Amino acid sequence: MPTIVVDVMPKAELLDPQGKAVAGALSRTGHAAISSVRIGKRFELTVDGPVDDELRASVQQIADEILSNSVIEDVVNIDFGDAEPAADASTEA
Amino acid sequence: MRIGVITFPGSLDDRDAQRAVRLAGGEPVALWHGSHDLEGVDALILPGGFSYGDYLRCGAIASLSPIMTEVVDAANSGMPVLGICNGFQMLTEAHLLEGGLIRNDHGSFICRDQVLTVENAATAWTSDFEAGQQITIPLKNGEGGFIADADTLDRLEGEGRVAFRYVDVNPNGSMRDIAGITNARGNVVGLMPHPEHAVEPGFGPDTAAAMRSGVDGLGFFTSVIRSALVEA
Repeated sequence: MPTIVVDVMPKAELLDPQGKAVAGALSRTGHAAISSVRIGKRFELTVDGPVDDELRASVQQIADEILSNSVIEDVVNIDFGDAEPAADASTEA
Repeated sequence: MRIGVITFPGSLDDRDAQRAVRLAGGEPVALWHGSHDLEGVDALILPGGFSYGDYLRCGAIASLSPIMTEVVDAANSGMPVLGICNGFQMLTEAHLLEGGLIRNDHGSFICRDQVLTVENAATAWTSDFEAGQQITIPLKNGEGGFIADADTLDRLEGEGRVAFRYVDVNPNGSMRDIAGITNARGNVVGLMPHPEHAVEPGFGPDTAAAMRSGVDGLGFFTSVIRSALVEA
């Protein structure tokens, strides 16, 4: 079954208090080479059927409207896996 | 006046909001997130809490609840809607109010009696206050940092839609000290602090007069009840 991965990050210009706290811990534990940390989210969406154009559009919409909030976050990547896009979505039905 | 208080999975302050409505002279109506029925109420409160454990984003999953279809329709047709804390987060996630709420800039949960300035006393929920009046109500959140892009912030300020601003300290990193905003029509108001926890002597914030005697939150609920009487 194909798995689609969606990565969401807090907007670059916004403070990321979680990342800042982790960066502080790294600094305290002697990892001086790490200057900053930002924490985002990874969603793995498993689908039963083929990854066709219709599904791709649907996942894009889900990522933009539900998995992320464009006021505070960006969808930085959607990986549709190694499934080839259907040559003609209509034949899949 | 019948005021609906919607309970979501993980709501925390729904009973407190019902009590505040009662103390203000209204009739609270308990509503359920999974229903599509507003039961003919005249106004709505989305209460504080941690709906769905703050999964995904605070208020995000609750904003997709069945009843939110009716809430959005009611808000767009002018029904007074108040979102408190998690309820404010839901209103932004439902696009009824602009901006968003992110984790407090200092990374810690905060719980304090907070002084606010009422900047807009012309909304359905603030008409019993004077513009510029300072009130003290509890604030308790982990993700109360209000953010929006500069254009949106300028528009909110220009249109008088910053309803409340933090005074003395900015407790969570909110941009321009914004504690709450209203929509253009003034019927939808959201804020992070909790007026429903300052409605009865003995259970509110401390005042100069006596401990726990603060009832500055009552004005939110009397405002909406009085404005309904004026319209009727």
